[in-house]
Amino acid sequence: MSYLKPKFRHPHLPKNELGYTKTEYEGSLSTLCAGCGHDSISAAIVQACFEMNIAPHQVAKMSGIGCSSKTPTYFLGNSHGFNSVHGRMPSVATGASMANKKLKYFGVSGDGDSASIGMGQFAHVIRRNLNMVYIVMNNGCYGLTKGQDSATADEGSKNKTGHINPFQAIDLASLAIELGATFVAQSFSGDKHQLIPLIKAAMEHNGFAFINVISPCVTFNNNVGSTKSYDYVREHIAATSTVDFVPTHDEITTTYSEGEIKDIAMHDGSIIRLKKLTNDWDPENRLSAASAMQNARANGEILTGLLYINEKAANLHQTFKTTDIPLNRLTEKELCPGSATLSELMKDLQ
Amino acid sequence: MVKTNDFVIRFANVNGTGSASANFLFAKAVFRMGIHISAKNIFPSNIQGLPTWYEVRVNDKGYVGRRAGIDFMVAVNPQSFEQDTKDVEPGGYFLYDSTRKLYDHQKRPDIHYIGIPLMEMCNNEYTDPRQRQLFKNIIYVGALAELLGIEFNVLEDLLSEQFAGKEKLIPLNVRALQMGVNFIKENHPSPIDLRLERRDNTKGKIIIDGNAACGLGAIYGGATVAAWYPITPSTSVAQAFESYAEQLRIDENGKHLYAVVQAEDELAAMGMVIGAGWNGARAFTATSGPGVSLMNEFIGLSYFAEIPAVLIDVQRTGPSTGMPTRTQQSDLMEVAYASHGDTKHPVLLPANPKECFEMTAECLDLADELQTLVVLLTDLDLGMNDHVSDAFEWDDNRKYKRGKVLSADDLDNLKERWGRYLDVDGDGIPYRTIPGTHPSKGSYFTRGTSRNEYAAYTEDGNEYKKNMDRLLVKWETIKNKVPGPEFIPAEEPTSMGMIFFGTTTYSAEEAMDQLREEGRAMDAMRLKAFPFNKDVQQFMESHEVVFVIEQNRDAQMRSLIMNELNINPAKLVSVLNYDGMPITAAGILEQIEQHIQKIAIA
Repeated sequence: MSYLKPKFRHPHLPKNELGYTKTEYEGSLSTLCAGCGHDSISAAIVQACFEMNIAPHQVAKMSGIGCSSKTPTYFLGNSHGFNSVHGRMPSVATGASMANKKLKYFGVSGDGDSASIGMGQFAHVIRRNLNMVYIVMNNGCYGLTKGQDSATADEGSKNKTGHINPFQAIDLASLAIELGATFVAQSFSGDKHQLIPLIKAAMEHNGFAFINVISPCVTFNNNVGSTKSYDYVREHIAATSTVDFVPTHDEITTTYSEGEIKDIAMHDGSIIRLKKLTNDWDPENRLSAASAMQNARANGEILTGLLYINEKAANLHQTFKTTDIPLNRLTEKELCPGSATLSELMKDLQ
Repeated sequence: MVKTNDFVIRFANVNGTGSASANFLFAKAVFRMGIHISAKNIFPSNIQGLPTWYEVRVNDKGYVGRRAGIDFMVAVNPQSFEQDTKDVEPGGYFLYDSTRKLYDHQKRPDIHYIGIPLMEMCNNEYTDPRQRQLFKNIIYVGALAELLGIEFNVLEDLLSEQFAGKEKLIPLNVRALQMGVNFIKENHPSPIDLRLERRDNTKGKIIIDGNAACGLGAIYGGATVAAWYPITPSTSVAQAFESYAEQLRIDENGKHLYAVVQAEDELAAMGMVIGAGWNGARAFTATSGPGVSLMNEFIGLSYFAEIPAVLIDVQRTGPSTGMPTRTQQSDLMEVAYASHGDTKHPVLLPANPKECFEMTAECLDLADELQTLVVLLTDLDLGMNDHVSDAFEWDDNRKYKRGKVLSADDLDNLKERWGRYLDVDGDGIPYRTIPGTHPSKGSYFTRGTSRNEYAAYTEDGNEYKKNMDRLLVKWETIKNKVPGPEFIPAEEPTSMGMIFFGTTTYSAEEAMDQLREEGRAMDAMRLKAFPFNKDVQQFMESHEVVFVIEQNRDAQMRSLIMNELNINPAKLVSVLNYDGMPITAAGILEQIEQHIQKIAIA
């Protein structure tokens, strides 16, 4: 890109509780195509982090390779970021998290990165319930290599060149539920009213929070016949519920009639308030969530919103019983057993 | 002729029958009598039912390399009976289970047979089938004690230590030993030509395998994150780390000061190490050749994005799946230049368990100081066999060298603009920041793509080249940071030299002694690391012929020396061993002799 993002800011921009303006959560100017769904997701992440009063330096942005994996440059410019290798972000995030349990880990991946080359690591990071947010910006194609079908492209979907995909799609959200993910949501890059509260809830979740966001590729997969185009997604979207995220300290002011509302308490005391739109679905019941997904798919619908949540499962640090001080802050004083202990160990080997 | 404290005994067993602990009891008893030993486990890639051998070399001079030829065979595995018969040296001894009679045509006339009806004795004594199997092993240890002269109380002490907490088992085992002793007293009373005599050569020494030493070295070196995937022969490194951590790294509240992740594959294991290293924790993985192959992409990321990481490669026989339970030094090239593009990595080369301990800790320091992957290259022989070693030591004043990491104060006090890849000190090593350090300074984007000195993405060829050239400056710094070679000069000046590293050392030193005794001493150099410093260059330049002794087919160390030091290949003569068994002094001498004769004829 040959131009720079303007640095001018209105002097009276609103600040959050930490004294940061929204600008301080932004990143560099996006180099993605104009109208790319991914940019809307980046904007939603900025908004969510600003409103959640998250200190930018307490977030680590992790990604793999691909258009989606480039986006961490375009949000949270004051956070460290790591654009690792294709499909292997989950392992890098796992190691990073082991080193410092106090940071928030924000993973961004794509459908190629997670559903193909990185399928193994995607499955195993879920299995370990690593404490992180994991967003897949899902456009059903390989944008950066010019539009080849990906493993999430729907069977029968037509891409820009007219090619019709003959293979079944991998449904990442259903798969995540099947693999035991403890927070699974699905959304659409064009629906920030749904996406922002979902991101907030994901960031407060204790464990692995997965959000599959349908994010149309305007250049290679926004044509008639594609099931990941803006028009198609808008026409086929079905929401489980409306989602409100209520942080711990906010008073709940909205009122709904009884039976309509479901409040889910999170580990830190904050609440996810759902106004259910779908019957026979309980987001705290894995079986029910899986069956709601299957039903929607059978009806040709894309089910969005919070799909499944389990706040009770132990995250990886809890499983490992790691000390409260981040491992990267421990010094020889805590870590090295010293020469006297070594002499004792040597005696046992004599 | 009586051989005192100088012979090789081999135990031929079936794996999964409990023979390993009985055989180790034998080896440790000899060690406790102050005698030098080396033990080698020659085992199948299998859990139960296949032939497995355990070999102990006893030697007063302290030669602990492998020696070919078996002086005493304990043949308790009918499957390998024929082969075991062939392997005994003329005049040697062959102990077998005489419950089944051995016919004359099965016997060699030139070796001595000692029959013990092990199965019959066990069947008479025990009713439990597992006991019948286990005590068979203990009975033959008792028989060996009587035949060779192991002090009985040494064995008793060892059993008491082994079964501390399970005291009921001690008298049962002592009784089995006694059965073996008594049988020999009654049936083979005349002494044999192999004897053990108490010495004072192992005082203060320990017996440990290299993998356990690496695990302990990682504890002392401050590793907090280990990520690994099971693969022979490296598995016990991570297991040793975890078991020492359970002992030494759990605080009073039961909280763990470590995390061990068994990854889904080696790719993920290396990814985790890199993630942890990026985030400021000391991390390592342990694997073998096939695992390193899988890690190649990540290794390039560590090199290019400059992230500390430690890789312990316990080499096995390649290529492909190769011989997973046999030893080799054939990953040298692979680790030295791992990954695509222009890459190279420091490699440390331990030769004994003490160095495994020290160098693992040193690798953790070096990775932080150099901000790159550091490899500890060991092998199955060192990693999985029990070695007599000097006891490990640790200086309590030692501080971990964490390298150029900027704190929040450092960032506040910086006068100039900080650049993640800016060479401020001229040593090619830039300053880094750890995520979460400062609210508004020092954040940057880490990537495997090209970037400028300030970590911003760039496709500018000049910026790319400047960075690649800085990495070469860093490489020069590395040469003086890694351990230098050990120079062992001959007493008289000589134009011939030999060079070796890792587990080749034991046999090379034995060969060196023999050449000296024959009046043909040559200078020697033991390499402890790659890249080579100027001492190695000088050694190469100051000799007309240098024998490069190593355990692989393609003379990989020779290639590295030629490549890195620009040495005339004609003067580098390969001495190789690559059958999967540890190299022997006799093998080295034979190849050196052949070359010397060739020169003489020419």
